Amino acid sequence: MLGKLTWAAIPFDQPIPMIASGVVALSILAVLAWVVIKGHLPYLWREWITSVDHKRIGVMYTLLAMVMLLRGFADAIMMRAQQSVALHSQGFLPPEHYDQIFSAHGTIMIFFVAMPFMIGLMNFVVPLQLGVRDVAFPTLNSVGFWLTATGALLINISLVVGEFARTGWLPYPPLSELTYSPGVGVDYYLWSLQIAGVGTLVSGINLVTTVLKVRTRGMSYLRMPMFCWTTLATNLLIVAAFPILTATLAMLLLDRYLGFHFFTNEAGGNMMMFMNLIWTWGHPEVYILVLPAFGIFSEVFATFSGKPLFGYRSMVAATMAICILSFMVWLHHFFTMGAGADVNAIFGIATTIIAVPTGVKVFNWLFTMYGGKVRFETPLLWSIGFMVTFIIGGMTGVLLAVPPADFVLHNSLFLVAHFHNVIIGGVLFGAFAGYTFWFPKAFGFKLHEGLGQAAFWCWLVGFYVAFMPLYVLGLLGMTRRMQHYDVPEWRPWLIVAAFGAALILCGIVLQIAQLVVSIRRREKLRDETGDPWDGRSLEWATASPPPAFNFAVLPEVSGEDAYWKLKHPATGQGRSHEKPEYGAIEIPRNSPTGFVCAFFATMMGFALIWHIWWMVAAGAIGAFATFIVFAWRDHDEDVIPAAEVARIDGSNRAQRHAIFGKEAAE
Amino acid sequence: MNILDPQGPIAAAEKTILIDSVAIMLAIVVPTIVAIFAFAYWFRASNSRALHLPDWEYSGRIELVVWSIPTLTIILLGGVAWIGAHQLDPAKPIEGSSKPLTIQAVSLDWKWLFIYPDQKVATINTLTVPAGVPLQFQLTSASVMNAFFIPQLGSLIYTMYGMTTRLNLQADTPGTLQGLSGHFSGDGFSDMHFDVHVVPTEQFSKWAQDASQVEKSLDERSYEQIAKPSMKNTPAIYRLADPDLFRSIATQKIAPAPGAPSGVIGAALPGVADAR
Repeated sequence: MLGKLTWAAIPFDQPIPMIASGVVALSILAVLAWVVIKGHLPYLWREWITSVDHKRIGVMYTLLAMVMLLRGFADAIMMRAQQSVALHSQGFLPPEHYDQIFSAHGTIMIFFVAMPFMIGLMNFVVPLQLGVRDVAFPTLNSVGFWLTATGALLINISLVVGEFARTGWLPYPPLSELTYSPGVGVDYYLWSLQIAGVGTLVSGINLVTTVLKVRTRGMSYLRMPMFCWTTLATNLLIVAAFPILTATLAMLLLDRYLGFHFFTNEAGGNMMMFMNLIWTWGHPEVYILVLPAFGIFSEVFATFSGKPLFGYRSMVAATMAICILSFMVWLHHFFTMGAGADVNAIFGIATTIIAVPTGVKVFNWLFTMYGGKVRFETPLLWSIGFMVTFIIGGMTGVLLAVPPADFVLHNSLFLVAHFHNVIIGGVLFGAFAGYTFWFPKAFGFKLHEGLGQAAFWCWLVGFYVAFMPLYVLGLLGMTRRMQHYDVPEWRPWLIVAAFGAALILCGIVLQIAQLVVSIRRREKLRDETGDPWDGRSLEWATASPPPAFNFAVLPEVSGEDAYWKLKHPATGQGRSHEKPEYGAIEIPRNSPTGFVCAFFATMMGFALIWHIWWMVAAGAIGAFATFIVFAWRDHDEDVIPAAEVARIDGSNRAQRHAIFGKEAAE
Repeated sequence: MNILDPQGPIAAAEKTILIDSVAIMLAIVVPTIVAIFAFAYWFRASNSRALHLPDWEYSGRIELVVWSIPTLTIILLGGVAWIGAHQLDPAKPIEGSSKPLTIQAVSLDWKWLFIYPDQKVATINTLTVPAGVPLQFQLTSASVMNAFFIPQLGSLIYTMYGMTTRLNLQADTPGTLQGLSGHFSGDGFSDMHFDVHVVPTEQFSKWAQDASQVEKSLDERSYEQIAKPSMKNTPAIYRLADPDLFRSIATQKIAPAPGAPSGVIGAALPGVADAR
C-alpha cells in the first residue's frame, strides 16, 4: 500500500532532524493558523496563489529563495561547527548525517536559493523594463514557480521522512547507483530536481520569448536595459542546458528504477559519461546564475553614478560571448581524470578566455563610475563589495583553469573557497543588490537604509573571514567533504572559518530585522514618486507598486535609458502633462492551474521516491487532468474598463506630478 | 601537507606554476581593485572638485584598452597552461637515472590497497617508497570513484572502476608524508588517509624483502574479504600471492566490490541491515 514507506522512515531517535523539522512544522502551522484566523486565506488565494501576474510571481520566487537560504545556511553553520570540533574525533555529526548535510546545502543553495532568487528578479523586473504589461506566457509562468516550490518542498520532506542524498550536490555514479546508495536519498534528490527542472525550463522559455517578442514600441534590442540582455542570455542558457540536466538525471533514474546500465560499474556502464554530461549542464549553470547578477550591477552602477552605463555595446558583446563560451569549458571540472595533455590544455585555455569578457565588464563598471556622482546607498555598497570580491574569485578561478595548478588544488578546500567566492560575491551580492534596489518598486516603500548597510558589512566581513581560511586550508592539502580529520594544523583555520559563518549569521539576522522594521515603518519609508533612486529605465516610469497592468498607456521608447530621456526634457520630449487617451486593458485571468499542478506533482514525486505506484498514477492523472481543464477554458482574460484605468492612473499621476512639480519649483 | 612545501620535482614544478600564475594575475588584479576604491571614493556625490561627466558613456580608446589588457594576460596565462599541461601531464614518465618503481593503487570502500608487483608486496593504507626514484603509479577503483593524492608530491588523480589512470611522482628526500583521498566516496571517506614513508633506496630494498616474506598473503580469495566495506583500517602488509591481481580488478575480471549496507535510514529494503 505504501511502498517502501514505513514508520522506520521517520528518524525518531535523531534529535537534530526531529527538532529542526519540528520547529519548521510548527512555524508553518503558526503562519497557516494566523492566515486562517485573520481571514487572509481568500485574499492569499485570489491575489497570490492563483496569480499569473509576473510581479506577484517574481515576489513569490524571491520569497521562496530567501526562506530556502535560511535552510541552506543552517546546513552551512552545522558543517562549519562540525569541522571546527572534529579533530581526532567524530564531532557531533556522524558521517551519515554530515554527508546528507553537505549534499543538501549545495543542492538547496544552487537550485532553490540562487536560481529562484534570480528568476524572481527577472520575472518582476523584465516586463517593466521592456515597457509591457506581462510576460509572454503568464499561466506557464505560474506553473513554473509552483513546480520549483514542489522541488523545494520534497527536499525539505526528506529531512523528516527518510533521508537525503549522501553523494554531494552532484550525485556522481557509481556512488549514486543503487549498489552503493540503496536508500531513498538519491531518489529525493533526483525527483526534486526533475520536477523543479521542468519549472525552470518553462520559466526559461517564457522569459526568452518575452524578451524576443514582447517589447514596447521603439524598444529595439540595442535600446534594452543591460538587465534585459543578461536575462536573454541567461534564459537562452537555461533553454539550452537544462534539458541536458533532465536527460542526465533521467538516465540515472533509469539505472536506479529499471535496472539500466548507463553509469553503473557492471554491464558496460560508464560513470565518466555522467561527469561529462552533468558538467555540460553544470558549467553553463554557473553563468545562468551570475549573468543576471551582472545585469543587476550594470543597472545599479549606472543609476547610483547618475550616468549611462559605460560601453553599452561592449557589455552586450561580452554578455553574449560569455553565453556561448560557457558551453565550451566543461572539462575543467575534471582535469584530474587523466584525459591527456592536449585535452586538458585546450579546455584550460578555453576557460581562461572567459575571463576576457568578464574582465571587460569589470572595467566598464569602473568607467561607469568615472565622472559620475556616486551615491553610497545599500545597492551600490553590494555592487562595490561584489566587484572587489568577484575579482579575487575570478583570479582563483583562472588559477584553477591552469591544469598543473588544478592538479594540486582540485577537490580541495581551495576549490570550495573559489566557488563560494564567486557565488556569494557574485550571485548572492547581486541578488541582495537587486532586492534592495527593486523592493520599493514592488511594495511602494524603501527598505531601512541603516540596517541594510549594517547587514552588508556583516556579510562582507563575514564572507572574507569564513572563506579566506578555506583558501589556506586548500594550500595545506585539506580536501573537501571531510567529516573529521587528524591534522592539527588545519583546526585553527577551521575555527576562524566558523567564526566567519557566525558573522554572516549576524548579516542574515540584520536582513530579517531590516525587513520587519521596514514593514512596520512603511509609512515613513513610503515612496510616492515611483522613482526613489532617480532611475533610468522604464520600471521607474510607473507607480510603486505598479498597477496590475503595469502601464496605463504603453510607453514609446526613443533611445537607451528610456525613462531618463522622458524625465529630462533637454534630451527627450519632456514629461507629458496632458491627460493620455485611456483604453480598456485586457489582463490574463488568474488561474489555479500552477498550484493544482504542483499539488499533483508533489504527490507523484513523493510516491515515486517511495515506490507507491497507485499514488504515482493518481498524481500523473491529476496533473494531466489539470492541464486538460486549463486547455479547454473559454474565459482567459479579464478586461479593465477604460474608466477604471483612468481612475487608477489619474491618482498616480496626480501624486507624482505634485512631487515632481514641487521639486522643479525648488 | 603544505603544497607550498613540495617534496618532489612534480610538486615543485606545480608550485612554481601556481605562484607564477598568481603573480601574472595580481599584476592586473591589484591595480583594478585600487582603481575601484579610488574611483568610487573620488567620484562620490559630495565631492564637488571631481570631474562631472553626466552623459559620458563611450570612449573607443578605453574600449580598446579594456579588451586588450585581459586578452594579453590570458594569452600569457594560456601559454603557461599549454606548456604546463604538457610538461606535467600525470601520465608522462619522469626522466631519471634510476629504474622507476611501479606501484598499483586500488581504492576500496574505504581504504587504499597498494600493490608492488615487482617486489611481490601489497599494503593497506600505508606506502613505503624509495627517495629519488621515479614512481610509476597505475590506479583503479574496485567500487566507487575516488582520487589519490599526496599533496607534497603533487598531482591528484582519479581512480575509477574498470579504468586505469596513470600518475608519475617522485620523492626527493627521506621522511614521512601524508596521503589522502581527494574525492568523496561515502561514509568512510574521511579515514582513507595513509602515511607515505620515503626511505633511502637500500632501506627500501630491505623493507620490500622483509615484506615479501610476511605470513599474510594476498590473492583473489583474501582480496574478496578486504574489498568488503570497512572503515578506519589500520595499515597492514601482505605478501603478494597473485601478481596479476591489479589487472584482474582493472579489467573487471573480478566483480566490483559490494556497496555498504547503508543509505537505508528507514527504507524497508529486504535483506539489508541498517548500518547504524
